[in-house]
Amino acid sequence: MHGRPRKAPVPEDEAASAAKAEKLRALQSQVLSNHRHKIYTEEALELSTRLVEINPECYTAWNYRKLAFEHNLTRSDSNPNSVKSILEEELRVVEIALRQNFKSYSAWHHRKWVLSKRHSSIEKELWLLEKFQSADPRNFHAWSYRRFIAALMDRSDVDELEYTQNLIDKNISNYSAWHNRSVLLSNLMKKNVEGFTEKDEVLTKEYELVREALFTDEDDQSGWFYHLWLLDQTVKAKSPLLAVEGVNSSTVNVEYGSNLNQGLVWKPLSTYKSRAAQAWITQLSFPNADLHSLEAYPVEITVGHCQGIISSSGFHYSQSSHFVFTVRVQPVKKELKEGSGVEKISWTDENFYLCEPHFVESNLVAWFHQLCLKNEHEPVANAWQVKIIEEEMKHFCMLSDCKIGKLTLARLLTAYDALMSSGKLVHSQEILGLYIDLMKLDPPHYQYYKNEHSVVLLQQVMSSRESLLSRCFHYRDLTSSSRGYPMCLRLNKLSLSRIGSFAKLLWVQMLDLSHNELQSIEGLEALQLLIHLSLSENKLSSFTALEPLRQLKSLKSLDISYNEIGARSIDTTRYLCSSPLSNSIGNEWEQDRILVDGVSMTNYWEAFFVLKGLNLTQLDVVGNAIADENFTLFLVRVLPTLKWLDGVQLNLF
Amino acid sequence: MSEPPSYPSIDPTTFDLVVVGTGLPESMIAAAASASGKSVLHLDQNKFYGSHFSSLPILELTSFFNSNSTPLPPSSSSTSATSSDDYSVVNLAIRPLYLDVEISSFSTQLLDEHSNKFNLDVSGPRLLFCADSSIDLLIKSGASQYVEFKSIDASFVGDESGKLWSVPDTRAAIFKDKSLSLMEKNRLMRFFKLVQVHMAAASDRDEGNENQEEGKESEISEEDLESPFVEFLTKMKLPSKIKSIILYAIAMADYDQDNKEQCKDLLKTKDGIARLALYQSSIGRLTNAPGAFIYPIYGQGELPQAFCRRAAVKGCIYVLRMPVTSLLLEKSSGVYKGIRLASGQDIFSQKLVLDPSLTVPSPSASPLDSFHESFQFLCMRDVKQKVARGICIMRSSLKPDISNFLVVYPPQSLYPEQITSIRALQISGNSAVCPRGMFVLYLSALSDDAHQGKKSLNAAMNALFTCPDSVNLESSCADQNENAELKPTLLWSALYIQELATGQFDSISFTPMPDGNLDYGDVLDSAMKLFQKMYPNEEFFPDTVEHDDGLSLEET
Repeated sequence: MHGRPRKAPVPEDEAASAAKAEKLRALQSQVLSNHRHKIYTEEALELSTRLVEINPECYTAWNYRKLAFEHNLTRSDSNPNSVKSILEEELRVVEIALRQNFKSYSAWHHRKWVLSKRHSSIEKELWLLEKFQSADPRNFHAWSYRRFIAALMDRSDVDELEYTQNLIDKNISNYSAWHNRSVLLSNLMKKNVEGFTEKDEVLTKEYELVREALFTDEDDQSGWFYHLWLLDQTVKAKSPLLAVEGVNSSTVNVEYGSNLNQGLVWKPLSTYKSRAAQAWITQLSFPNADLHSLEAYPVEITVGHCQGIISSSGFHYSQSSHFVFTVRVQPVKKELKEGSGVEKISWTDENFYLCEPHFVESNLVAWFHQLCLKNEHEPVANAWQVKIIEEEMKHFCMLSDCKIGKLTLARLLTAYDALMSSGKLVHSQEILGLYIDLMKLDPPHYQYYKNEHSVVLLQQVMSSRESLLSRCFHYRDLTSSSRGYPMCLRLNKLSLSRIGSFAKLLWVQMLDLSHNELQSIEGLEALQLLIHLSLSENKLSSFTALEPLRQLKSLKSLDISYNEIGARSIDTTRYLCSSPLSNSIGNEWEQDRILVDGVSMTNYWEAFFVLKGLNLTQLDVVGNAIADENFTLFLVRVLPTLKWLDGVQLNLF
Repeated sequence: MSEPPSYPSIDPTTFDLVVVGTGLPESMIAAAASASGKSVLHLDQNKFYGSHFSSLPILELTSFFNSNSTPLPPSSSSTSATSSDDYSVVNLAIRPLYLDVEISSFSTQLLDEHSNKFNLDVSGPRLLFCADSSIDLLIKSGASQYVEFKSIDASFVGDESGKLWSVPDTRAAIFKDKSLSLMEKNRLMRFFKLVQVHMAAASDRDEGNENQEEGKESEISEEDLESPFVEFLTKMKLPSKIKSIILYAIAMADYDQDNKEQCKDLLKTKDGIARLALYQSSIGRLTNAPGAFIYPIYGQGELPQAFCRRAAVKGCIYVLRMPVTSLLLEKSSGVYKGIRLASGQDIFSQKLVLDPSLTVPSPSASPLDSFHESFQFLCMRDVKQKVARGICIMRSSLKPDISNFLVVYPPQSLYPEQITSIRALQISGNSAVCPRGMFVLYLSALSDDAHQGKKSLNAAMNALFTCPDSVNLESSCADQNENAELKPTLLWSALYIQELATGQFDSISFTPMPDGNLDYGDVLDSAMKLFQKMYPNEEFFPDTVEHDDGLSLEET
């Protein structure tokens, strides 16, 4: 059933299939006519039987049969024998149809329908399934039908688990059997069935089973998928960086001044209009604050006190946490807004000076650090979780000469560090080494390993005080920084292909990500305070890759010079792209599309989509394929606040 | 006891080829020659087909051993060589090829009742690999339509405690194996995959595909291929337990590969890998055979019979119970002309193929000195080695729930001086070799002398059975051993040493004795070579269109 190449049809086959089509058409019109006239005689039914035998996918014929079935049943309700024969005939027809094509959705569906009508002759179903499943043990139709029948028969999950074990014994590559196993075990653990109440024992046994398979044949994927599922079961509650939904004033309490949750609206920072997001934002208002008193207002936040925040993987956040901070309300500095005094930011190295440690610590960094949910409040990772992960680490060290062994080891080490948490990344160096090996060993998946490597590298940078300090800079010198330049975090020249650790970056106002290998900046929308951003010398290849910028309302200067924007008509590095026809931007674009007289702006819809809402004063786009005279004209129209474009002051025009 | 047999007379009296003896190689040659259109006369002195490859009831087996273990006295009516008018007549004698035949019965009554329901293999244990060339030949020759096969359910490696360990020969078996550690499983499977890649690349090359870019590095180097297999296995970091399984239970090596001085057949990597590949391609090749081996229902004697039937269909004439007494040689040149039968009739042919047990008595007895040299080879055929064989009948299986299986005892697994592997094959009544509910166990081990060979067989039997010890042979019977371990009890056994006479080609050709291997590969090879030397321009079974149905396997 798997891996069989399709053969080109020979002329005889074509002739035969033409003849078959002719026959089929005649049959089909007869059945449809019977359907229309509600003719349910034996002869009429026989025609539909012949039709579904030839073409099991003909759902109209099945629907007709359903009507006929019910019609005939009501007529013979009194006679149990004729009910039985109607039922059996119907199942027989489905069986023949399935023999013709046992991947027919319609036929399987019809069978389910018949059986759910009257619970009889189910015994035969398991026997039939046995036949279909031995013909193709990985046929998912048969497997889902099996689950249906098992439920209908009230067959115990334990028996079904045993069945998957048998099939796995026969062939460890039976992905469907492994999958069904995960479904059954989830059920058994959820229902606290005897023998499945202790999650750690169940998981340990499963780890042992799948280990046998993985060591027997490390090239087979099925076991690895199952292992990944087990790992997920072991550390799921702990995984960070998951998008959540359900953040609102009932799940999060914010007390400030004399207000409790008053008028607070939480918004997800999500690019895809999803209800889930990694970052949520709300704005506090202090209407009665005296702008010059420098008074500190305490803010108290409680989260997790009631259910409602759910991660995209279905995990309910219920860890009650509480933290307090103070805010001072200050007037906005007018000079920055006016623009005449706007200076050009130049991201060259000589403009940056390493910060003094004490400066960093008195700054926002330390301040935001207090806001992290503290781990002391959480129970330490369960001993069994640590034990399982340690056991797995011990074993997969032995398989670290193959790529999937290395990858699993890297994942286990990551999970282990996350479990032990407290911000220490004991194994990061080892994990980075593994991903570097993998990039060499398995070039087709280079980008995946590169991304994982980048995320770990960034975690490593952000995890210790020393490494963070070495990346905090003043722009210009101390005197000029007092003129309003925030501290700059320089994550340049790290060859990052992806960014992460956003929770630790929330304080950043000036960020240098230049000279990396970024193809996407997903997640950057969480950095709401960002004013200056350099993405120069990366591998960004479209404006839609910059979509997170739309959420950064404070952004003033943006450097995207020397990327690959416009080099290719389609950005092949990303799966989800907005299009000019999509609802999110369609209307806006239509209204504004003829912006510049005589020059078609059609090619710039992506740039329009990303830049339109921003109040940029400085933009660098030089070194991208898209940058030319027309684009300059376009940018000037779209960004009326712009003062500097590619280093040239626009007033001079 | 009986009347002197009345022999039929044979007509015609001139043939292209006369074959004496109906063992497997003789039968293949007879069938192949008939298929090529030769006129063939096929004779056997016994009343049954199969000679040294036959399967016999207990009494026939006993008398077969008797008649082949002591030299027959020369018949009084003839001297060693006489001259008739035109020909010199050289008398033939039976050469004893079975030594030290030891038959013990522990339950006479039980066996007497059923003695005719046995089909005991003279040259067991022997099996067919599902993917080996003898299967192809059976199909190609059309002989397969006369034989039905049974699948062998499992193979094991045994140890001195009597424990049997499954041979992890497939991925599923490795996965389920409880005795291997995780790393052992990993190493073993990786090795299997290496062999698969190597064989696939090799067959690609054979088909002339030049696309050799990929997978080249995973192939096995030329240097490794020429090195001893045992060293290559060590190089592949396989632990000794797995090495032993691969060498003796999969590649079926006979001699201790670690003991270079005593190893008479050091397996090269390329041969070891070829055997491993044969084993692996055998698994799952036939629909109803889950394992690597099959066995003919009614015993291996069915195979020569199938070829004889095939030959008969093509016009070969069969006469059983017809001993050949002498050779007829042309007086002047000593060239072979024909044979004289026990009936007195003279038969003439261009070629003659003789069963390995026929020989010319000591040349000194012959007055025809001038012919000595040309016929010296008849008496001087070398016998290099011996194989010890055993046949045991039990009332219960050595392994509950499994009927037909193979056990290998690698060298040194039973006692320190054990230098060859011992193989044991259990076949149950469901293969019609014995009454239902009974089991037959065939044993074999190569050996230099009878003592050593018997010692090997006894060691294996001690590990497997509750052996009635030699002192109370008479009194002991199955039911008395209730308190013994749950090992099966022996009902009957035959232990014997068989000479491994090789085949020979000359103006008169000899087929070889059954070899000490588990499969028929070498038997087939020697029959084919012999045929091709006799008929260099003929194909060994020309392709025909009539064979269609392949192999019939009884559903398990």
